Amino acid sequence: MENLIALLVAAPLLGAAVLLCGGRRLDAVGHWIGVLMSTASFVFAVILFADLLGKDAEHRTLMQHLWTWIPVESFQADVTFRLDQLSITFVLLITGVGSLIHLYSVGYMEHDERRRRFFGYLNLFLAAMLLLVIADNYLLLYVGWEGVGLASYLLIGFWQHKPSAATAAKKAFLVNRVGDMGLSIAIMLMFTTFGTFAFGPVFSHAGDASEGKLTAIALMLLLAACGKSAQVPLQSWLGDAMEGPTPVSALIHAATMVTAGVYLIVRSASIFNGAPDAQTAVTVVGAVTLLFGAIVGCAKDDIKKALAGSTMSQIGYMVLAAGLGPIGYVFAIMHLVTHGFFKAGLFLGAGSVMHGMNDEVDMRKYGGLRKYMPITFITFGLGYLAIIGFPFLSGFYSKDKIIEAAFAKGGTEGWILGTCALVGAAITAFYMTRVMLMTFFGEERWKNQPTRSPEAPSAEPAAEHRGEHAEPHPHESPKVMTIPMIVLAFGSVFAGGFFGIGDRFLHWLEPVTGHSEGDSPLSAGAVTGATMVCLVIGVGIAYAMYGRRPVPSVAPRGSLLTRAARRDLLQDDFNHVVLVRGGEHLTRSLVYVDHTLVDGVVNGTAASVGGLSGRMRRLQNGFARSYAVSMFGGAAILVAATLLMRAV
Amino acid sequence: MNPVNYLYLSALLFTIGATGVLIRRNAIVVFMCIELMLNACNLAFVTFSRMHGNLDGQVIAFFTMVVAAAEVVVGLAIIVSLFRSRHSASVDDASLMKL
Amino acid sequence: MSPLQLAAYSTSTGEAFQFWVLGTVAVIGALSTVFMKKAVHSALSLAGTMIVLAVFYLANGAYFLGIVQIVVYTGAIMMLFLFVVMLVGVTAADSLKETIKGQRWLALLCGLGFGILLLAGIGNASLKQFDGLAEANANGNVQGLAALIFTKYVFAFEITGALLITAAVGAMVLTHRERTERAKTQRELSEERVREGKHVPPLPAPGVYARHNAVDIAGLLPDGTPSELTVSKTLRDRGQIRDVSAEALNDLRALEQRAQERLERTEIEPATFKREEASK
Repeated sequence: MENLIALLVAAPLLGAAVLLCGGRRLDAVGHWIGVLMSTASFVFAVILFADLLGKDAEHRTLMQHLWTWIPVESFQADVTFRLDQLSITFVLLITGVGSLIHLYSVGYMEHDERRRRFFGYLNLFLAAMLLLVIADNYLLLYVGWEGVGLASYLLIGFWQHKPSAATAAKKAFLVNRVGDMGLSIAIMLMFTTFGTFAFGPVFSHAGDASEGKLTAIALMLLLAACGKSAQVPLQSWLGDAMEGPTPVSALIHAATMVTAGVYLIVRSASIFNGAPDAQTAVTVVGAVTLLFGAIVGCAKDDIKKALAGSTMSQIGYMVLAAGLGPIGYVFAIMHLVTHGFFKAGLFLGAGSVMHGMNDEVDMRKYGGLRKYMPITFITFGLGYLAIIGFPFLSGFYSKDKIIEAAFAKGGTEGWILGTCALVGAAITAFYMTRVMLMTFFGEERWKNQPTRSPEAPSAEPAAEHRGEHAEPHPHESPKVMTIPMIVLAFGSVFAGGFFGIGDRFLHWLEPVTGHSEGDSPLSAGAVTGATMVCLVIGVGIAYAMYGRRPVPSVAPRGSLLTRAARRDLLQDDFNHVVLVRGGEHLTRSLVYVDHTLVDGVVNGTAASVGGLSGRMRRLQNGFARSYAVSMFGGAAILVAATLLMRAV
Repeated sequence: MNPVNYLYLSALLFTIGATGVLIRRNAIVVFMCIELMLNACNLAFVTFSRMHGNLDGQVIAFFTMVVAAAEVVVGLAIIVSLFRSRHSASVDDASLMKL
Repeated sequence: MSPLQLAAYSTSTGEAFQFWVLGTVAVIGALSTVFMKKAVHSALSLAGTMIVLAVFYLANGAYFLGIVQIVVYTGAIMMLFLFVVMLVGVTAADSLKETIKGQRWLALLCGLGFGILLLAGIGNASLKQFDGLAEANANGNVQGLAALIFTKYVFAFEITGALLITAAVGAMVLTHRERTERAKTQRELSEERVREGKHVPPLPAPGVYARHNAVDIAGLLPDGTPSELTVSKTLRDRGQIRDVSAEALNDLRALEQRAQERLERTEIEPATFKREEASK
């Protein structure tokens, strides 16, 4: 059974190789090959899952050693896979949601002539992501980590002819590099501390290392997680990453890749448990990001960017939970899985809306669409209810647990984190209601718009093939797109209940991550009540603002906060001022130092040698008598030296 | 009188000869100054011979004379051919070894 | 005590006297070698110094060397010098004005420093003991030298012999110019002159006046102008022609001037006269 593990990665990798190397011959069937490989991987995952279920809770770990990758003295890197409860959870999520999104893409990318390549990249992403979650050592994990970074780069910039997409891809790649550097440093630190970077030995020896070293490793891992999961301060790339095709946004930038940071933290639980300071840092990052993303999400008129803000915010919840230690690990993963369902569903719904609206992304030009695309409306609506934590849907169980866990942290810290999480829940309710109302309710603002304004948010190029610049004709998407949405909507509705009721998920994951209850100052019921109050407040305000009043089709100027939030709370401006300008100044001063000091020394030496030579050259005047004087002087000096030596 | 005075005289003559080489331009005079230096050396050799009580110094002085004779022959031949081609015996005129 | 022994380890009052007198002469000779303007004078001064050195050799018990110094050095080498001086130009006085900047001061500085160092070195050396040559010269100085030269220094001797021959051949090679074509006969030369129509008769004689050896004075043509043709080509090349007419006129003018000065007449402009004096 262990031998199946490699096939998880091998199937999509083979698909990627075939699709990317196969050439135009495969254009006709390429997308189905992609779907087939992804589904094959999902089937393997299900088989393995069934096998694991059949074992005792204590023995649910499968290991597969393929070969020794880098055997250098004590530096031993193996290609070994580890499939335990945590891995299989991710594998199922990745392959399941991945397969659905592959299927969806068949319809969504139908008119794109580079569809085969798109599926090649998607398969490559699946392979890398699976490698990331089943690797048994940090170096192999790093390979997957970089692989998803590459796939993300390729897919964000898939419409590379658009400068905005090319720039966004580059931005994502560069910002991710910062985090990757953190991961590589963490691996080096592990090697120097433990002499290995395989999971087993590192986790079993984590208790032996000093707290300082553990904190350093943990902070580096946190940096890596921030980069990959778009957490403050490395969050700026996620919004721009929406330039990629919508299925990419759904799969990579909502459901799977961006959660790799959470996986990394939960997987390294042993290290974080030994470093309380680093855990505090994790919770702070999570809390800040969940508010940051939520605020950004409130102000965006671009439906995908609003959802991207929401993603950031939801991952903030997960990171917050992961930072709480054993109290929160399980809930982080649980929220991750439910979020994978409903956020992927929301993105696919958004994609469906765009598909029917000539790739218009500005929500101010939507409105009243529920009549035209009922399936999209229902699935999107279910996803919406799930994310805001409507009772008995997925988000209700997972998010509620996180808020409880935050309070359970105890002390002032617990109160602060819990309050942040509650406020975040209210804002989540607000912005999601806003998205919902602006898109599916209200008047039909897309009518009476003969042409789209040229400065409208960038269009996906498929629109040009359709040649539509006239008034959009909203229509429901084809079945190949609606079926994945329906499946995901099911997940959004029932996954939370399935996991949450009877603590099923907790018992499943506990052997890997451990769990402790903490001591909550509030009862579970009180927290749930508070969450519900927040939810109602958020929805109420949104309804008051967008449901009862007509939505202007051109954005009003808005308050200072709104304008800042539209600019992603000035994150790019901050990066520009602090990093770019600072870098420029640093470079300039270094260039100055180089020119004056280094070049000065070098050129000065050269010039003084040159000048000296020019002077010395005059000594070579060709007159034998001058040369004779030098000789005679030399002889005199020799005599003097001889006498001196004698005297001494 | 101490015979060391011969050495002082020798040193004096050598220095005068060397200075002459440096300040005169006429190749023939330069040559004469070189002869003067050689002679000064010979005087020193002879004095050292007397000092050490053996004739080796005199033999060396003898060889010096022979070499000086050979040198003068060749040197003067060079001066004559130089004069033929340049109509000048000034050593400064042959200052082509420069940039 | 024989004179030989005397010369060996002590110096008599006579030798001291001789040293101080002749030593002074030698130094003066050396200095005038360096500072005399004319090469001939330098050569003669050097010859004097060399003779003094020969005497010192003799005084130091180097009898053979002393004689060789006079015969070979003063007699042969210095005469060779004089020949070359004649060839190159006896009368050409060198200008002692220095043309290379700083050369003279550097030379004097180096010379002074070197001399002082050398003298100080000799002064510091412990040269108190003189063994003398009495023993070495016991069988005669020439015999002693011969024994050394033909035994210990025989290779050096042979090699210097080879050196001498090489030098002689080298001197010949340097000065000899190979004639590449047959020399023209006198008949051919005269025919050539007639054919070219110039100087058919022999060249005119220089204007020889019975004042001194005046082959360097150009003869005057009938119109009173000097003709350079009359002076030997060598002298012409050296620029050693004297203009007798101008000289005579200048002399005459100077004579008249003096006469006028004595008679207290001032009719000739002094400026003109002075310029001529200066140009002379």
